[in-house]
Amino acid sequence: MTENEAVVKPPPSDIGILGWLRKNLFNTWYNSLLTIVTIFFLWKSIPPFIKWAFFDAAWFSPPKVCRQIDGACWSVITKNIRFILFGFYPYEQQWRPLIAMLILFALLYYSKERSHWNKRLFYYWLVGLAVMGILMKGGIFGLPSVESTKWGGLPLTLLLSVFGLTAAYPLGVILALGRRSKMPAIKTLCVLYIELIRGVPLISLLFMGSIIFPLFLPEGITISKILRAQVAIILFTAAYIAEVVRGGLQAIPKGQYEAAASLGLNYYLTMRLIILPQALRIVIPPTVSVLISAFKDTSLVVIIALYDVLKTTQTVLSDPQWMGFSREAYIFLAILYFLGCFSMSQFSRKLEKELDTGR
Amino acid sequence: MTDKLGEPIVEIIDLHKWFGNFHVLKGINLKVYRQERIVICGPSGSGKSTLIRCINRLEEHQKGKIIVDGIELTSNIKNIEKIRSEVGMVFQHFNLFPHLTVLENLTLGPIWVRKMPKKEAEEIAMHFLEKVHIADQAHKYPGQLSGGQQQRVAIARSLCMSPKIMLFDEPTSALDPEMIKEVLDVMIELAQEGMTMIVVTHEMGFAKKVAHRVLFMDGGTIVEGNTPEEFFSNPKHERTKLFLSQILH
Ligand SMILES: Nc1ncnc2c1ncn2[C@@H]1O[C@H](COP(=O)(O)OP(=O)(O)OP(=O)(O)O)[C@@H](O)[C@H]1O
Ligand SMILES: [Mg+2]
Repeated sequence: MTENEAVVKPPPSDIGILGWLRKNLFNTWYNSLLTIVTIFFLWKSIPPFIKWAFFDAAWFSPPKVCRQIDGACWSVITKNIRFILFGFYPYEQQWRPLIAMLILFALLYYSKERSHWNKRLFYYWLVGLAVMGILMKGGIFGLPSVESTKWGGLPLTLLLSVFGLTAAYPLGVILALGRRSKMPAIKTLCVLYIELIRGVPLISLLFMGSIIFPLFLPEGITISKILRAQVAIILFTAAYIAEVVRGGLQAIPKGQYEAAASLGLNYYLTMRLIILPQALRIVIPPTVSVLISAFKDTSLVVIIALYDVLKTTQTVLSDPQWMGFSREAYIFLAILYFLGCFSMSQFSRKLEKELDTGR
Repeated sequence: MTDKLGEPIVEIIDLHKWFGNFHVLKGINLKVYRQERIVICGPSGSGKSTLIRCINRLEEHQKGKIIVDGIELTSNIKNIEKIRSEVGMVFQHFNLFPHLTVLENLTLGPIWVRKMPKKEAEEIAMHFLEKVHIADQAHKYPGQLSGGQQQRVAIARSLCMSPKIMLFDEPTSALDPEMIKEVLDVMIELAQEGMTMIVVTHEMGFAKKVAHRVLFMDGGTIVEGNTPEEFFSNPKHERTKLFLSQILH
């Protein structure tokens, strides 16, 4: 390297905050105009919002006080938080769903690290699920029994989404493999399933599950409404996952199958060790999109009168005392859902980065 | 000299194959004996790849018989998997598993097909990586290696299954000239150790050096086959002469 090449600094206009501003926000006259207009709108909307949401807000006042102030009335949340979060779960027993949720969060958080993915994690989940089940349902260890018809609020939303998504994912993968199967019967079955399910809206599946399906059950047998909604969500999401995964399978070159075959690997091992790890990695972004929208779609269970967190919030708002504070309530709900969706997408990006082998 | 070597390890009798209506292989007869090394050449589209891919049933044949190590290839999936685990294959485009490290690429077969303990499989893998002069790359991913290095890993991957015969389908034709030699050198070493090999290649230097027989294929048949000396100095058929004049300038 010669001395002249050694230190060539970028031109001064490109460095520092001013340089960045000039380069990105004021480089042409229309860009400058856009920047100014944007700043104007932000100025008009952000400070009033902050004033409304924080400075003028009432946090714990009764509704009467709330109606006299200009700011947000967060007391609609704080005063009703237990109903919003737990619905009709018996009031003195609400520590149980709370602990169940905390266990779930802890498990999810622990599962985030790929280095934890081993047999032990599987057992943690088994134990965790058992404990959560016992806490929610009761009936043993001196815990009063709580029928699932009383479950509601955030635990219900989490139950429907966490189990819905974790069950839908493997089912979707199996359907995708089935759709590419060489056996005509299996293939036809999978195609039919996927196309039929994708052809109807989730709402109609939920209705079918809650109204039509029980008509076919023999006398005396009932299946809880939550379970039926859960199954509908799983079946629905799986069909979408299947199509996403199929896209990933198609992206794997023929040579990978041939290399696996020439080592003597059978179909199952080829899929498990060679094809799926690559295919599923490729489709992480669209898979997460499907999962995120499925997560939000769990709120559709309101139409079959399940009290998920959306429904409990609406119920609070229909109380004459709290009528008219829907803005605050929905902002709160939006934040809840956003946290869920955002952590999913964060996780997927982390996973993508870790699995990148510089192909 | 070949009949001194006893039973053939690969025996192909009147093999025919069609792709749809297209008759690709038109009655191939071939015996390959243990420790024998065969080079197959011929113009593009003559069916060379198809022929060797039939030997481990990456392609299915419609007529004739293929017997590998005493087992006839039929649609019996267990037999096919058995034969595949005994027959190594090296592809033109390497076909390494990009999501696994070099070491994992090598241990996959021994662990899952041979049911070998992981530690033992890793020792064997390191042994063969040294053999192909690439042990220092064991923990990299294939995507971080050059083409020549990748192909040597692919050879080592096959060797880890201790194959009875190795098939090579144009192993150097996707490589830059300076990498061809490093791969050929590994193949020559392998030949010198007595590996049974069927190699589709146009590297005539390689053929002269290690082959017992050179076969010339055209239009789905084996037009002629002979020792390298005879084949190159005294080709019998017009088509062979024409082909040789084209590739040897
Ligand atoms: N999967 C397939 N489906 C249909 N035709 C095929 C298929 N694979 C190969 N063929 C055809 O069969 C013929 C022989 O192909 P093959 O790949 O065996 O030739 P090759 O001798 O290996 O040629 P090259 O030197 O180009 O690799 C070619 O005409 C090719 O187009
Ligand atoms: Mg070929």
